[in-house]
Amino acid sequence: MCTGRVDPAFIVRAFTNGADGVYIGGCWPGECHYTTEGNYHTLGTVLLMKKLLKYIGLNPERLRVEWVGASEGIRFAEVMNDVSGKIKELGPLGKSEGIDDKALKFKLEAVRNLLPYIKLVEKERLGGPFATAEEYNRFFASDDAERLFRELVSDKLAVSQIMLLLGEGERLTSGEIARILGLGPSDVTRYLNSSARQGLVRFDEKQNVFLPPGVKEQARA
Amino acid sequence: MEEQPREKEEIEQLSGSFAESNTGDVMVVGGGISGIQAALDLAETGLKVYLVEKSPAIGGKMAQLDKTFPTNDCSMCIESPKFIECSRHPNIKILTYTEVERVEGQAGEFRVALLKKPRYVEADKCTGCGVCMEYCPISVEDEYNQDLSFNKAIHIYFSQAVPLVTYIDPEKCSFLQHEKCSICAGVCKNDAIDLYQKPERLEIEVGAIVLSPGYEAFDPRPRDDYGYATMENVVTSLDFERILCATGPYAGEIERPSDKQHPHKIAWIQCVGSRQVIEGGNSYCSAVCCAYTQKQVILTKDHDAEAECTIFHNDIRAFGKDFERFYQRAEKLDGVRFIRSYVSIGKEIPETKNVTIRYSTYEDGVKEEEFDLVVLSVGLNPPGEVKELAGKFGIELGPQGFCKTNPFNPIETSRPGVFISGAFQGPIDIPESVMTASGAEALCGQLLAYQRGDLAMAREYPAERSVAGEQPRIGVFVCHCGANIGRVVNVPSVVEYASGLKNVVHASEALFACSTDNARKIADTIREKGLNRVVVAACTPRTHEPLFRDTLREGGINPYFYEMANIREHCSWVHSREKDVATQKAKDLVRMSVARAARLEPLQEFQLPVDKRALVIGGGVAGMTGALNLANQGFEVFLLEKDRELGGMARRIHYTLEGMDVQTYLNDLMGKVYRHPSIHVTTDAHITDVSGYVGNFTTMVKNGWLSREVHHGVAVIATGAEEYKPAEYLYGESDSVMTSLELEEKIAAGDEKVGSAESLVMIQCVGCRNEDRNYCSRICCSHSIKNALKLKEKNPEMDIHVLFRDMRTYGFKEDYYREAANRGVRFIRYEADDKPQVKAVKEGGKPVLRVTVTDPVLGKKLEIDADLLSLAAAVIPSATNGEISRFFKLPLNPDGFFQEAHVKLRPVDFAADGVFLCGMAHYPKHLSEAISQAYGAAGRAVTVLSKDSITASGAISEVNEKDCVSCGGCIKVCKYGAVEFHETPIGKKAMVNPVLCKGDGLCVRKCPAQAISLKHFTDQEIFSQIDEAIPALAKVL
Repeated sequence: MCTGRVDPAFIVRAFTNGADGVYIGGCWPGECHYTTEGNYHTLGTVLLMKKLLKYIGLNPERLRVEWVGASEGIRFAEVMNDVSGKIKELGPLGKSEGIDDKALKFKLEAVRNLLPYIKLVEKERLGGPFATAEEYNRFFASDDAERLFRELVSDKLAVSQIMLLLGEGERLTSGEIARILGLGPSDVTRYLNSSARQGLVRFDEKQNVFLPPGVKEQARA
Repeated sequence: MEEQPREKEEIEQLSGSFAESNTGDVMVVGGGISGIQAALDLAETGLKVYLVEKSPAIGGKMAQLDKTFPTNDCSMCIESPKFIECSRHPNIKILTYTEVERVEGQAGEFRVALLKKPRYVEADKCTGCGVCMEYCPISVEDEYNQDLSFNKAIHIYFSQAVPLVTYIDPEKCSFLQHEKCSICAGVCKNDAIDLYQKPERLEIEVGAIVLSPGYEAFDPRPRDDYGYATMENVVTSLDFERILCATGPYAGEIERPSDKQHPHKIAWIQCVGSRQVIEGGNSYCSAVCCAYTQKQVILTKDHDAEAECTIFHNDIRAFGKDFERFYQRAEKLDGVRFIRSYVSIGKEIPETKNVTIRYSTYEDGVKEEEFDLVVLSVGLNPPGEVKELAGKFGIELGPQGFCKTNPFNPIETSRPGVFISGAFQGPIDIPESVMTASGAEALCGQLLAYQRGDLAMAREYPAERSVAGEQPRIGVFVCHCGANIGRVVNVPSVVEYASGLKNVVHASEALFACSTDNARKIADTIREKGLNRVVVAACTPRTHEPLFRDTLREGGINPYFYEMANIREHCSWVHSREKDVATQKAKDLVRMSVARAARLEPLQEFQLPVDKRALVIGGGVAGMTGALNLANQGFEVFLLEKDRELGGMARRIHYTLEGMDVQTYLNDLMGKVYRHPSIHVTTDAHITDVSGYVGNFTTMVKNGWLSREVHHGVAVIATGAEEYKPAEYLYGESDSVMTSLELEEKIAAGDEKVGSAESLVMIQCVGCRNEDRNYCSRICCSHSIKNALKLKEKNPEMDIHVLFRDMRTYGFKEDYYREAANRGVRFIRYEADDKPQVKAVKEGGKPVLRVTVTDPVLGKKLEIDADLLSLAAAVIPSATNGEISRFFKLPLNPDGFFQEAHVKLRPVDFAADGVFLCGMAHYPKHLSEAISQAYGAAGRAVTVLSKDSITASGAISEVNEKDCVSCGGCIKVCKYGAVEFHETPIGKKAMVNPVLCKGDGLCVRKCPAQAISLKHFTDQEIFSQIDEAIPALAKVL
């Protein structure tokens, strides 16, 4: 099995379970033990996931990939000590970023739900495959990538979080939604309006709250 | 007992069919690591082997070592899987406690008379249970533990012994001496003791013989100038090896013999019995002692960080691959002193039993210092009773008492059909013993290729039980690995924890999970308790997964129901100083493995055809030797050379240290290669692309404008090395400055300037053993000695100075170093931070090179005016290594040489199957070493080529067509071309070609529909591990 096998879902699963950090160790670029050079793809996965982590308010430094050759025992020890040191500095997942457990759950679940879509988008529009690690780094740091990410992923991610939150059955105002998920209030309103047009959420005008289409309107407690 | 274990029955059946005919292809005499490797390689190529060992178990000296340099791998851990491989191989018949009496006949038809000594135990009845040992009243010194502890008169040689059968020491047994006791026979429930057993004679016919009798450690007792026989706290390095070892006399605690206290100040004395021309010593260098001492120092410091270690040494001979770094690692440790001094043992202090050592340094003069324990770094002697051995086999011995060999083929003896492997050719280390074993196989193969497979048998397993519909029933086996795990991790607590995990129906511990005995227990437990999944918490699947998968097959279940938790490399070794967390981590790892095991599915392996042609890259001596051997074994070979001519570096070598004529040999070899109908030579060849895998490679070869495809089943990398072009010491500025190779060429050409020179200076270590190249080039010291002797032969009056850091004339080359000194060559040591200075000046109107160097004896600068300066330029990796490494996916070491699969036991293999390594592509080496290694690589290659098919893993990708959305993501990323679209009733769907799939799983990561899965590494299997890794928090959220 190659690091290229590491699915974004594995990373999300680890964070969902409460891991404070995820480290992926791979072969050096250009030294693939298969022919597939899956380690470049891993770099793409990690850079993509870092963007997603950042977007949902988690410190992207919690995810790390390092290259360590089979003959580099000392380097491996150094890397692992560094990783665990950094993760300790970053502190507990969510709490250190000011996200409560509930919101963290929605955020990570939203990412998980979006993964099949991200894989499709990735193949067509995001991230290569490139021939070198530099190209991956350059692409993911570029304005182009940022724009593509915003256009293709970020809206869907926000909507997904809102849907999950509403799915809990609570009736929430757009302001409450924005606060819980840490999103901009105007963005939330925009997402909600477009979702309402698509019939994904309903707006209870009397109470000024949003709710999923299947839920009956009733007085807020 | 009613029920015999089933495995045992099979072994009996096998030996039964062996017994029918006492004929085999090859007899390997000596069951140390070299003999074991030779037997395994021969058996793998379809030859039937008798492995004859005179002691009660196979394993040899390596089985007594604690760890191995320079990786500090646990010796028994890497060797014992091979014991089991031998015992299970259907083409190997092991005869222990057996000696050769007589050899008759000739190559192709030897008749060997054997004497099987009585064990007084019936091997096929003994289960190795050890009850007899508990009851035996007679204590005897334990030979395996170097007589440092006691065993019983009836005992097993060591706990991982193959065969795991007791034997009685007839000298010590009360019954055999005075017919007084027979308790053992009374307590044996299996009626295995036979106190009247007689020696058994048998005659075996074989076509070839491999002699691998190994070596004896130098015995310091007879001369006793080191107090070994009289002072309790003077031990040999082999004694100390046992003291370090968890299975040793003090259970892995470093204690000293006199009072069993931990010694604090320990001294090592190097060159005991080696580099000595006095009576009872050996003139040669034993080649392994420097490195093993450094290993012992590092291990001692691991045991006790406060220990003070002092090494009294002569030259530090760190000439092997990665030895220089290993030396630096030992030297940099706190409290470690390397002192260059001859020493003598002073006295034993009567009260403390401490020992004093007298030594001298240039700075402080003579001193006497007290130590708690003194370790004698003893050298390697020829095997015991070597003259008798030589007589029986009709072979000649060399002047040192080792086997006389042909320098151009160090694996041949003077008798055709009798080959040698291992330390019988002279003092060598484990990797060389292993590669010469594979080399011996290659030479036997050349002799017996026509009868390959005639006597071979296939291994048979019990029928595989279907576990479909069963709930998981998991067995967990936790290994102590001697003390490797057990000293850090609380193994019983892990076992207890494991037994409480879901689906676990059995949990137990073992001292060595991989011992034959325990492997058998696992197979039995699978049957008895109806296990359908097995977790072994031990070491790494890299070395042990094949063994345990095989054990599952023996137990009658699919081998993919096996899961390994690595609680050694991933736990006890890295957390040796935090025992509590280490135990917790071991439990976490076991829990993860158990969770995954529950989800494992049975998989089927399948056979891939093997293209029986070989590609050899590099047309130097190593490449040509390998190619010629493969061709002589009946395989077609493509030999590629990047230059216009074959020959490589050897074209520049004219004579060897031993005086052999290299050019004559080379021309003869080239002629044989060119004339061989099965060898296709391409010179000016460049590789432009490589694809495929073991058994089925395709390489694009460009030759001028022509490009063509070569199909081959294996590849041998023999790309050689290059000579460093010095940028120092006026090289390139003065034509009186040259490299050693250039000097050799000039000497051979009868160059007038060289002939008329009155004085010459040689500077060693030019371009290596420095920051840029932190390795020793191995051959330069001997090369300089060779040139110096040649020059002295032509002009005895010539002044020759050799400026060196350590003279590394290891092995028998030491004798030539001494000869050079005797002929007046002067040797001056310089330090790395005080290198010689060279200036071109005029002296008496004549241009000379003025070399300034600090004389360590006088402590002041010396000026030497030289007509010529010869630089021992480093051997550097070939410029093509990077390219070849990328094409074949082969790793390079930090110095740019190719990195073999395992430093000790797979020295000519790569981690990638089907690619082999020899010659200087591996590391700098002498011609005869490159030739040995080339035979080794060819031998290993034949283990693939001799088969019609090889088994491919069942862990490959698979598409669920129903879920496939036909996006093509998987197809796009698979560079093996293993995934393609095909038409189905529900449209175009992706399909995996199992022959091409290598199981990397990239396609799985890319599939947006989760329609493709990697067998044995499914999402669910991995999720289950992630969930178990962090379970507490998983519940919170």
